[in-house]
Formats: sequence, structure tokens, C-alpha cells
Amino acid sequence: MALLEVRALSKSFRGLRAVSGASFDVPEGGLVALIGPNGAGKTTIFNMAAGVYSPDEGQIAFGGRRIDGLRPHQICAAGIGRTFQIVKPFAGLSVLDNVIVGALQREPGVPGARARALGILDRLGLAAKQDLPASSLTLPDRKRLEVARALATGPRLLLLDEVMAGLRPTECDQMVAVFRELNRGGLTILLIEHVMRAVMALAQQVVVLHHGEIIARGAPAEVVRDPAVLECYLGEDTEV
Amino acid sequence: MSRDARIGALLAVLAAALIALPLAANSYLLSVATLVLYFAYTGQAWNVMMGFAGQLSLGHALYVGLGAYAAAALFTQFGIGPWAGMWLAMALCVAAGVAIGFLAFRFGISGVYFALLTIAFAEFTRIGFDHIGWLGGPGGLFLKVEAHKTADLANLRGGQTMFYYVMLALASGAFALCAWLLRSRAGYYWRAIREDEEAARALGINTFRWKLLAVAISAAMTSLAGVFFAFYYNNLFPEQIFHISQSIEIILGPIVGGVGTLFGPILGAAMLTTLADALNNLVAAMGWDIPGVKQVFYGVILLLVVMFVPNGIWPPIAKWLGLGRGS
Amino acid sequence: MSASLIANVVIAGVLTGLVYGLMALGLSVIFGVVRVVNFAHGEMMTIAMYAAVLLFGAFKLDPLLAALPVAALFFGLGYALQAGLINPFITRPEHSQFILLVAVATILTNVLLMVFGPDARNVQTDYMLDSWAIGQVLFDKARVFSALAALATAAGLFAFFRYSRTGTAIRACADSHLGALIVGLNVKHLYALTFGLGAACVAVAGCMMTLLVEVTPSVGPGYTLLGFVIVIVGGLGSMPGALLGGVLIGVSEALAGLFIDPSAKSMFSFGLLILVLLLRPQGLLGRRP
Repeated sequence: MALLEVRALSKSFRGLRAVSGASFDVPEGGLVALIGPNGAGKTTIFNMAAGVYSPDEGQIAFGGRRIDGLRPHQICAAGIGRTFQIVKPFAGLSVLDNVIVGALQREPGVPGARARALGILDRLGLAAKQDLPASSLTLPDRKRLEVARALATGPRLLLLDEVMAGLRPTECDQMVAVFRELNRGGLTILLIEHVMRAVMALAQQVVVLHHGEIIARGAPAEVVRDPAVLECYLGEDTEV
Repeated sequence: MSRDARIGALLAVLAAALIALPLAANSYLLSVATLVLYFAYTGQAWNVMMGFAGQLSLGHALYVGLGAYAAAALFTQFGIGPWAGMWLAMALCVAAGVAIGFLAFRFGISGVYFALLTIAFAEFTRIGFDHIGWLGGPGGLFLKVEAHKTADLANLRGGQTMFYYVMLALASGAFALCAWLLRSRAGYYWRAIREDEEAARALGINTFRWKLLAVAISAAMTSLAGVFFAFYYNNLFPEQIFHISQSIEIILGPIVGGVGTLFGPILGAAMLTTLADALNNLVAAMGWDIPGVKQVFYGVILLLVVMFVPNGIWPPIAKWLGLGRGS
Repeated sequence: MSASLIANVVIAGVLTGLVYGLMALGLSVIFGVVRVVNFAHGEMMTIAMYAAVLLFGAFKLDPLLAALPVAALFFGLGYALQAGLINPFITRPEHSQFILLVAVATILTNVLLMVFGPDARNVQTDYMLDSWAIGQVLFDKARVFSALAALATAAGLFAFFRYSRTGTAIRACADSHLGALIVGLNVKHLYALTFGLGAACVAVAGCMMTLLVEVTPSVGPGYTLLGFVIVIVGGLGSMPGALLGGVLIGVSEALAGLFIDPSAKSMFSFGLLILVLLLRPQGLLGRRP
């Protein structure tokens, strides 16, 4: 049984079919990347897994338990953490306080949450900036904060939505190193990504979406050579 | 000195001054001080909803009015004193607040629409109470005032000094409660909701329930101000106590002082009430009788603060005193 | 309760409602374009009413005619208010804008109180007590003239937005602030223009209102709230919605006054506001907020 099982998921918005019959698994301890051109439906799938929308058809199971239709805070309590495509820090709070909010999901009291938060900030290299207001951070640091905050909730599965966007190659490599280490430590990761550098470096499995449907899946090296995938990214008359 | 020690010192000095005030001040000054504490208190209560949880209420007069009428009605109809009456007042206001909050949050009403909703409920109640005959209707509800030799704390009948200390106790209690709340899970969760509700949800926070809690606490606190109002002024008119100008007067202190801070509402109330009083005295001394001067003054201050010091005057002062953010 | 009595009340409600609708139209236009909730709207109306009263007192100028100079004046003042005070607040959080206008409203109401005192003032034209009769049904002349003026103003505004270049530009700003900037429209100027137009509507409505009711400094907040009720019921950002909402409120207030209790009229309106906010916040004809 995979940790996350997506079965025949479909979702339409006002007649536009965003996701159609998508099925895939994320094994426990795995690192799966969801790729595809813009508008393919990747974030919609994420949002269904995160409880922002309910699917029109299909189901999502997490650790054997159905989670489709649950609300976002319940999804978090079940063990799924997420980041947002456009980072949403609690701007008026300090870096530490941001993570404490997340840590309170697992810790009964504020002192415990504080200790937990400090530990996570340390792992992500933000400990020195703990008292700074979140609004003063640079973009790469904000992304780290977003990850730290989600991690503080103690998830078994982390959903990362285009976390590499806007980062320079060296910053991207640093983030890749962080995720590799987290994954080695047992955290299951499902990520949406456009930055191929990160996908190739991280993913064990790649799932390709196009017009709401899954058109390919497999190891990264295979998927990038798949003609169907190339066609959807580059257009019909491309020759390899 | 560490930051906490500095705050402690400041509080100690303030407390000592406030407790000793009746020894030095005459009855008039005490009444001004009581008013300052009243607005510091209601400001703190409103702050829980707005400054902590980010929900703009412009109809808080509803809770003052309901609390006042509840306690006053129990006293005039059944002879039940304020210490018992306050429980009914709180229950009634919590029910009203939760009802409004439930409806609003369930239907996704927020921001300006929520503010309008709170105004609508207050206005609705104001006109409604005008029609409740057995509570006096537009002619008002009056509590019997008897001259007392000693302070009758049980029934809140007494002189200025007694009321001053009652209000001081309320305001101190509110301050302590808010300080505790701010440092607790509630404080963290509310501020997260205020900053970004969607992100808060993704971190496991049931934002609906926590927002309702903020409304309930805010309403309950404000209801006690209403109880005090009834027994201090001894007359209640729907036109006055539910009026939108009351709601606006409540929010002035926190906005001028600093929404979401602990000392902001107190500082704002102190500044505004004393300046307004001084202004009134100045106008009277000049021999003019101009109604509306105080309100224009409030309006101008509000305008200046919102334009130039939108976070209130306390944050820069706190920085100067080395007290850091979050106080 | 005869049919003709009810008919009279309904007609009076419709006619008054059109004036309410014009006032709300100003609010709707301002919100629809500039996205500012003009909490000082009722106070602007009150000032217009006082202006009409003063002009009548000084020059015996009929409010219907006074509407023109007052509207022009208000257009300028509205433009200045938006350009000078409100513009920097467009990017600030909502409650900041709201409180800015609450402050302006408080100042205006109380300055009026200081200047004019609390006593009521009104206008007494020759035709105010006359009415036309069609069978058993009466049409008050004052109400008919006011309603016609309101309709004419509204029609003029519709035409402006529909057919003129500037009007189209303003509608572009309403649809997309960023898009308008990119295309090179002077958004600040257009916003100020829109506020000016909204203020001019309020000015005309205010002048008309003096034919129907008397004015005191404290009527401002009531009109602001009434404006919001109408705009929310009719649909925020919808011009026809504002007029429709105005008529609905006018009629329901009139009927509530007849069947229940005159002072309960506004209670009914607030009840309606609460219902609409909860069940259909986009109102009858508006866009989803």
C-alpha cells in the first residue's frame, strides 16, 4: 500500500475540465515529481490532496484512509504538510514565531513548540535569523521558512508546490540538498516542479500531466525521452 | 536590563501610580481617569477581535448595550445585583457575538462586508430596543440613584472612588488576560489567521473555530463594560448606547495607540480621553457652546493616525524604550 | 386599508426610491471602479442637502436647478478628495481605507453640527404640496420631479460610461487595474474623475432629497448605511442594480412604514442587508465580490 494513493481523480471548474481520471501512487519514503506544461492540472491535484477542493470524481487515500473532501486543517492533522506556489509567510511575525505556529500542531504547549521550532530552523539554516520579521527575508529564505513551517507540523508527506521557482541555480542546489536529506530521513515528498534541474536531481519517479490527464510516468531518465512528453512540451513536429 | 524586566518595571510604576491616584486627585480628575480606564478596557476587548484575529468590527456598541440592558433590567425588575447580572450579560453577548460570527464566517463574509454586517446588527438592535417598552423604549431605562455614605460594592452604588477602583480592576484584568492570551497558543493561532488565513489552515488551524473564539471573548469582555456603564451612569438610552458613534469611540484608542499591541489601547485611550476633555474645558472656558467639537477632534486625530502612523503611536515609542515588537 | 392607499404608498416609495437609487449609484460607481468603500457617502449627501437649503434661502433657487451648480462643485471636491487624500490608500489594507473614510465622515458630520446646529432645515417650494391625480391615485409633484431628475442623471451617467472614450477608459480600470496601467491609462486621474462623478450623483440626489425631507447634521450615517443596503441588495458594482435596489428599498420602506411602524422602516432595511450579505452577497445584479 502506497502512502498516497490517487485514484481516477477528476475536477472541473465551470465546465472546464482541469483534471481528468488521474491515478498515481506515492510510495512511503518516496520522492515523486509531478510535471507538465502550465495549466496541465498539477496544482489542482495538489489542492485536492491538501483539502482546498473536493474532487468531482475519484478518491485520494493517505495511509489507507480516504482524505478527499477533508478540509485543509484536517489534512494537516492527518499528516500532510504543504507549501504554496507563491510563498505565504506570516509577514508580521518573526521567523521563529512563524515556525512555532506550525509546531503547535504537534506540541501541546508553547515552550515545547518553541524548542521544536528552533530545531527545525537549525536544520534549514535559518537559526541565525529567528528574530527577524518574516517580511524582511529574501526570497530563498522565505521559501526555506515556508518549508520549515510545514515541517514543524510533523508531516509524513510533504507537498511542495514549485518551490524552486525564482531561485538561482546555486540556491536551487541548496534546496535540493535539503530535500534529499529530509527524504533520506524518511519524509515522503511529492513535488510540482518546472525546474528540470531539480526534478532530475531529486525525483525517483516522475508523473507527467497534460490537459488534466497523465500521459507518462516512470523514472526521470525514461520520462524525458518519452515522445509523448516531448510533444506536449515542445510541439508536434519536434524530432529527437 | 532585559526586555521583560523593563516591561515589568514599566508596569510596576504604572500600577503604583494608578492605585495611588485617588489620594492625589479630586473627584473630577478621578472621573476623567475612570473614563480613560473605561476606554482602555473596551479598546483591549475590541483589540482581541481586530488586533489579534484580524476581524474588523464596527458594531461593538451592540455588546456594550446588550450587557448594560441585561444587568440593568435584572436590577430594576428583580433587584438582582450586578455581580450576578454580569453573568447574564456575558452569556447574552457571547450568544450574539457567536451568532454574528457563525453566520459571517460560515458564509465567508470578511473584510469590509464583515464590518458592514456588524454595523447592521448594531443598528438593527438600536432601533429594536427603541420599541421594547418594558425596558423603557426611547425614553430610557433608569436605575435608582441613592446617596450612599459608604460604597456598596455588591450593588455598585457609591462614589467616584469606588467606580474608579472597579474600572481599574477591570482594565488590569483585561490587560493581564490579553497578555496571557497573546503568549498562548490562541495568540499564535489568531495572529497567524490575521496574517494569512489560508496559510494558517494549511498548518492545521481550524480557523473557523478560532475566529469564533476571538469574537466570543471580545463580546464577553465588552459586555462587562456595558454592565459598568449601566451602574455608573444610571441611565440607558438605545439611541446613545447602541449608536455607531459609540462603536467608533471604542475603536479609536486601539487604532491611535496601536492595533494588536498590549499597551496600544491603553496609551491611545489615555491620550484621546484626556485631550478631548481638555478641549471641552477649553471651549467652555472661552464661553462657546459648540456641540460636536470633541467628535471633530476625534475625527482629525483618527485621520492623522491612519495617514501618517498607521500602526499606531505605541510601536515607535516601544522601540524607543527598547521594548521591542509584540508588546 | 384600501387599494388606493397602498397604491399611493407604493408609488411614493418608487419615486423616492429612484432618488435613493441615484445616491446609491454614486456609491456603486465609486466602489465598482476605485474599489473604495465610501463610508462618507451619507455625509456628502447631507452637505449637498445643506447646500440646496442655503441656495434656496439666499436666492430662492429651486433645488432642481440648484442641482447643477452643486453637482459641479461636488465633482470638483470629489476629484480633489480622491486625488489628494484617498489615492495613496488604494494599495493599503481594506480596513485602513475604511477607517480613513470613517474619519472623514466623522469630521464632516460634526463640522456640519458646529456650523448649522442641530435644528432641522428644509426647503419650501410652491409645488411641494401639490400632486396630480389619476383616478384615486396621487402623484406628488415634488416626488415626480425628483424621480425624473434622478432618472435623467442616471441615464446621463450610463451614456457616459457606455459611449464616451473616457467612460470606456474608466470601465477598463474597473476591470483590471494593472491592465489599465500597462495600456498607458492615467489611472490616478481616472479614479479621481470617477470619484468626482460619484460625488456629483450624490449632489443631485441630495438636492432632490430636500424636496422630500428635512435635513439635520445627523442624517448622514443613516444615508450611508441606506446606500450600502441598496448597493449590496442591488449588486455592488452594478449601475442598474443600484437603481433597482433603490426602488426596492424605497417601496419596502414605504410599505413597512404603512403596515408595521414608521420608525421600524430602517430596521427592515437592516434586516434585508443582513439577509443579502449572508445569502447572496453579490446582490441581485452584481458580480461576485
